[in-house]
Amino acid sequence: MTNSIEEVKDAACILAIGTNTTAAHPVIAYSMKQASRNGAKLIVANPKVIGLVRSADIFLQNQPGSDVALLMGMARVIVELGLHDETFIEEQCENFEAFQASLEAFNPEFVAEVTGIQWETIAEAAQVYATNKPASIFYAMGITQHTHGTDNVMAVSNLALLTGSVGKPSTGVNPLRGQNNVQGACDLGALPNVYTGYQQVTDPKVQAKFEEAWGVKLSGENGLTHVEIIDAIDEGQIKVLYIVGENPILSEANANHVDKAFRKLDFMVVQDIFMSGTAEYADVVLPAASFAEKDGTFTNTERRVQRVRKAIAPVGDSRPDWWIVNEIGKRVAEKGFDFDGPKEIMEEIAALTPIYGGITYERLEDVAGLQWPCPNKDHPGTPYLHKGKFSRGKGKLIPLVYKPSDEMPDEEYPLLLTTDRSLYHYHTVITRMAEGLDELEKEELLRINPVDAEGLGLEGGDMVKVRSRRGEVEVRADVTDVVPPGVVSMSFHFHESPTNVLTNAALDPVAKIPETKVCAVRVEEFQKRAQ
Amino acid sequence: MTEEINLTIDGIPITTRAGTSVLDAALENAIYIPHLCHHPDLKPVGACRLCGVEIDGGRMTMSCLEPARAGIEVVTESPEIALVRRTAVELLIANHDMDCLACAAATDCELLRLSAHVSVQSERLERLKGLTELKPVDNSNPFFSFDPNKCVLCTICVRTCEEIQGVRALALINRGYETVIGTFGNKPFIESVCESCGECVVRCPVGALAPKRFQKPAREVQTTCTYCGVGCGLYLGVIGDRIVSARGDRERPSNHGQLCVKGRYGFKFINHPGRLTTPLIKRNGEFEEATWEEALDLVAEKFSQHKGDSFAALASAKCTNEENYLIQKLTRAAMGTNTVDHCARL
Repeated sequence: MTNSIEEVKDAACILAIGTNTTAAHPVIAYSMKQASRNGAKLIVANPKVIGLVRSADIFLQNQPGSDVALLMGMARVIVELGLHDETFIEEQCENFEAFQASLEAFNPEFVAEVTGIQWETIAEAAQVYATNKPASIFYAMGITQHTHGTDNVMAVSNLALLTGSVGKPSTGVNPLRGQNNVQGACDLGALPNVYTGYQQVTDPKVQAKFEEAWGVKLSGENGLTHVEIIDAIDEGQIKVLYIVGENPILSEANANHVDKAFRKLDFMVVQDIFMSGTAEYADVVLPAASFAEKDGTFTNTERRVQRVRKAIAPVGDSRPDWWIVNEIGKRVAEKGFDFDGPKEIMEEIAALTPIYGGITYERLEDVAGLQWPCPNKDHPGTPYLHKGKFSRGKGKLIPLVYKPSDEMPDEEYPLLLTTDRSLYHYHTVITRMAEGLDELEKEELLRINPVDAEGLGLEGGDMVKVRSRRGEVEVRADVTDVVPPGVVSMSFHFHESPTNVLTNAALDPVAKIPETKVCAVRVEEFQKRAQ
Repeated sequence: MTEEINLTIDGIPITTRAGTSVLDAALENAIYIPHLCHHPDLKPVGACRLCGVEIDGGRMTMSCLEPARAGIEVVTESPEIALVRRTAVELLIANHDMDCLACAAATDCELLRLSAHVSVQSERLERLKGLTELKPVDNSNPFFSFDPNKCVLCTICVRTCEEIQGVRALALINRGYETVIGTFGNKPFIESVCESCGECVVRCPVGALAPKRFQKPAREVQTTCTYCGVGCGLYLGVIGDRIVSARGDRERPSNHGQLCVKGRYGFKFINHPGRLTTPLIKRNGEFEEATWEEALDLVAEKFSQHKGDSFAALASAKCTNEENYLIQKLTRAAMGTNTVDHCARL
């Protein structure tokens, strides 16, 4: 997030697009609803009628995959009505003319056709966003998990730049990061192209810095991303895989392909707290301690580094992940793995990572933690980014074209499947083990519109087979108008109905994110529910 | 800076900020005025009629609704106030299920605190009893129960759900003695729009809404939630080697004490019997228990044979920063490849 969670309630306008906030980030949704009760205009854009719609002033139920058209359509309205912030664009942005020219293609007929929303509604939303300031935009995987996910993010960014809604409190471009420490895992360099703090592995100066610090020769070539790793295993290039706390057999798109690849590995180590579906493939399983059994830090979606503290001893003979990795390091490297605990590791992180430079365990004793960038020990941290100036110099408005999703419904697979999350579950394992949560949501459901259900002769509660070009899944149908006709949705929390067997692993060319939000399926062979 | 003002409460000089209610001014200065429907997170409603005071010798007024003004003299006890208060409390207690020993609110009950301040006469309670029948307890939610026989109709739960959570699952239903707190259509909680966040349970002053199988922790540890990217601050409650509770950290800027259903109630996985507790090595297709030395030596041997492009690591968005740092360092510095990623894209 460019801005902070505490600022949400003071926004005058909130645009929540591609985020089912009440389910995936409930506590931020509380603040959005509070802002709405305080008089903020709430615009919700989502293919599904999500919980937040009850509080919305404007609901844009766009077709999955049509976000670029929707956002560029809104930008067109803003520019046509002269609601853009000319001073801000002049002083802080570049490329406005090229951007403006690219709006030409997003005419009312085209945008209405692609999004499935009347142009008047889009125009109203655009005016509301541009004229109620401060305005903040929130998005999540509904924006990113597309073959044009990067374009979607650029379209969001364009809207904020166009209206000068960035670099001030309660504004900004605010991706809601999913996992508790997905922000931290990225910050700390668990990515194939960057060391800690987004320092590029291909930059010779950065490489030299880390070679000196670690005392070893390093590779200056980008590594492979998640989906590419699976492909490289399948092709025989990667033979040894070390997985820590992940369950790709359920969470990765096109899960049958993952299964095929895992069987080809020479050696696989899985380190986890439960025997996940993925761990079943492993040659060695290492039992890890849970978050309640170790010290450390997590970095949340607003870049706030916060302490995690050991509440109980590790269960059984499990060990904290840092201890396990350190022990492996001791055995495979000559040096650099003699840490005696997380505090000492953070000292090395701070020394090598400019954005974490001022972060110490002493300072993290403050309950508020520290928000990066925090370059030195006297720096108070940064509640919102881009104040007065962008880190790259000028904010760039990006011309865009609409690109359809990789696999759209056709005669053979007539329905569009989109994936989402439940309030009661988190990814694939731990909530299934948390007594009570499973009771609140026991099984996977295929949400299908009554129009489609009627066409298939289907009733709520029936078991159906959902089939895509990649696989099939049995699941119970829930006939509901939270999804529009032609669109069905499933979560991916249940190993009994592994949704990602169906999804498409086609990638965004830049971010390499798979298109789990759109694929084509058909529903068939159903079994009537017991009467 | 908000303006500071001076007033007196029962003759004691008090300083508070302009805009504070008389009740809050008193409570901040350690002067107890009986109250039930007041909660610092919620707008005052003056419903319980217990916090009455007299200001500058005038008629009784509800101190939760009365803004503190400079120079006023507040009296918290008089024969008239005592009569109103005692009547209100007796009506509440007479209908209250006094199963205090087995009540989750036992150590923190506003009704107990209240009755200690008001002279409650048991013979009068007896006469008031029996006007209502025992109502069924709603146990439908896996995490908490609602016992209408303990409910004092303060509406803190209704207002929490409306004002703080924006869910609006609860309302006052019926009139007079029949009045109850209920969901739309007075259906069981589990069938309502309730999202099980438990914010009403936290604020219930009397244990009508109470966590199931509640155990007060022996100690609490300040930490950060393991579920989503909001990073809510929480206190994990511990008895022995078990996590028994979680509550929001009100000091934390990311959540100000609020939690969702997963953060508050989803901690049972920690002590789940299915946890992995020992290293396992697969031999002839079967997992066998191993020592750490055996497992780590085997891993190191295999890793050492595959340095470079034939190795890949998947780190974890569930692990700490320090752990992710070590995993990427291991991959880059020890294994000689940049092929390390995690589920940021999933």
